[in-house]
Amino acid sequence: MTDVKVGMRLFSSVGAEVVVVRVPSSPVELSCGGRPMTTESAATDPGDEQEPNTGIQLGKRYVDAESGIELLCTKSGPGELAADGRPLTVKAAHALPASD
Amino acid sequence: MNLLTLLDMAASGLPDRVALGRRTTGTTYSGLLGRARSGAAVLRERNAEELVYLGSNGPAFPVALFAAAWAGVSFVPLNYRLSEEKLLALLAKHPKALVITNGAPPAGQDAISTADWLAGTEEQAQETAPWSDDPDAVAVLLYTSGTGAEPKAAILRHRHLVSYLLGGVEFAGAGEHDAALVSVPPYHIAGIANVLSNVYAGRRLVYLESFSADGWLDCVRAEEITNALVVPTMLARITEQLGDAADADVPTLRSLAYGGAKMPVPVLERAIRLFPGVGFVNAYGLTETSSTIAVLGPEDHRAALQGDPLARSRLNSVGRVLPDIEVRVSDADGAVLSAGQVGEVYVRGPQVSGEYRGAGSVRDADGWFATRDRGWVDEDGYLFIEGRADDTIIRGGENIAPAEIEDVLLEHDAVAEAVVVGVPDERWGYDIAAAVVLRSGHLIEVDELREWVRSRLRSSKTPSLIVFRDELPQTATGKVLRRLVRDDLAGAASPGHRQ
Repeated sequence: MTDVKVGMRLFSSVGAEVVVVRVPSSPVELSCGGRPMTTESAATDPGDEQEPNTGIQLGKRYVDAESGIELLCTKSGPGELAADGRPLTVKAAHALPASD
Repeated sequence: MNLLTLLDMAASGLPDRVALGRRTTGTTYSGLLGRARSGAAVLRERNAEELVYLGSNGPAFPVALFAAAWAGVSFVPLNYRLSEEKLLALLAKHPKALVITNGAPPAGQDAISTADWLAGTEEQAQETAPWSDDPDAVAVLLYTSGTGAEPKAAILRHRHLVSYLLGGVEFAGAGEHDAALVSVPPYHIAGIANVLSNVYAGRRLVYLESFSADGWLDCVRAEEITNALVVPTMLARITEQLGDAADADVPTLRSLAYGGAKMPVPVLERAIRLFPGVGFVNAYGLTETSSTIAVLGPEDHRAALQGDPLARSRLNSVGRVLPDIEVRVSDADGAVLSAGQVGEVYVRGPQVSGEYRGAGSVRDADGWFATRDRGWVDEDGYLFIEGRADDTIIRGGENIAPAEIEDVLLEHDAVAEAVVVGVPDERWGYDIAAAVVLRSGHLIEVDELREWVRSRLRSSKTPSLIVFRDELPQTATGKVLRRLVRDDLAGAASPGHRQ
């Protein structure tokens, strides 16, 4: 994978989309469900295989502690996100009061 | 990463939830996305390079904000209350903009009425090019509230505003029946942040076109509002309107945020009593920081009401900075001060722009932005803002923060509003003067009020001059225009006019 930039949109092979929110300290290989993420949408229809509550979810942020990369899921889809094979984890939302 | 990504997410996650207007007849999230697409088509047809919003508060505003983001043009909200002369001077800086206005179209400018804008975005545009994901593109140009002389256009890029939302708002975190009442002006950063936060949270937006205390209360009840944001003068008027009522009778309201100017503690304490089931939030931020950077939350407010003295003193603070924000207090030489020491407040973080059109970035090499506010941080990280650095009065070599004296004046029952400024003085360099607005039905002698201050502070902090005024000149968010008060009081302080 080429260097990612903040704001770059990445696609899984089965319909999920993420946006790069924080770049990694050094280049990483991003994958979803074991297949590389791409910068062009090449989605195949996931069909009915998608199980509820698995895969990546709209609005969640995913991070890799080692490289520091952070992704925002802008379209849900099946599969697990990974950086160099390390599964990304969901970043907990801050419990802030609504200020506006 | 564009503001539109946020709306697109809401439209895909909550397509049928009402985003704008009444619960039964309002525009859904997918409908709002459709309007943004149509608005972008209008902007492209008319070759608009910017979108100026001169309308009042209403649904046309969020449609315009997102349409501009889709079309990749800067969104420029302007204060429709400005004098014609000032407005024309600002519009001249945006010659290739489409102007959305409630009033007469400005000469020589492509313009559309608010009604035509809304009608024109109702029809679904067939095809519009996708929006750019460029996080560095300019999302909003916002003229700072202008308590200083010349208004400056702060540049907020998509990444600044998106960072603010990701750092502080949980996507689709609002309940299905949540609704936010927007009464802050559209040409203020709070008006922008209000739209973005509520859209990202999935909360219905209800607009109050022009503020009145009873109009606000009626709307909260009729629209079953759960969240609202007000500026201090609005809260003062709401508490006056409620008078001796036992409580505000707003059963659905859960969260009341305030910001935009310093809140007088007596007003806040009255409000906390009148809104017993409501969580209060003090939000502090600047245009240049993409809105809120520090919050004092509901727990802090409740502890204060229960009489905890430390919590009560913290009602004067703006709370703690957001997780993605760093704060530093420095002296005039740039040395970093420790907890409790007063100096100039600097902030740093991904939402901090600190950039102006024509002037570039004013952040330092390490990314710190000087807020120009004076303040201090306590040992638990609570940030206290004493006022603008420029407002500090240097009397006989002593630095005096007007806020401390204003707070004491406001504690007096007879005082509704107070502002303290420095006026030129031969002996001290500057001397302390105050303009005071009395609460209706109250009278007090100047000497009694001076004694009130002297007994609580000390002689050197007691205003030599106190004048009574019917009102104070202020911005739409309730920031007093100190420059005008200074001119007024310097005149009043000249020989022969001393009161």
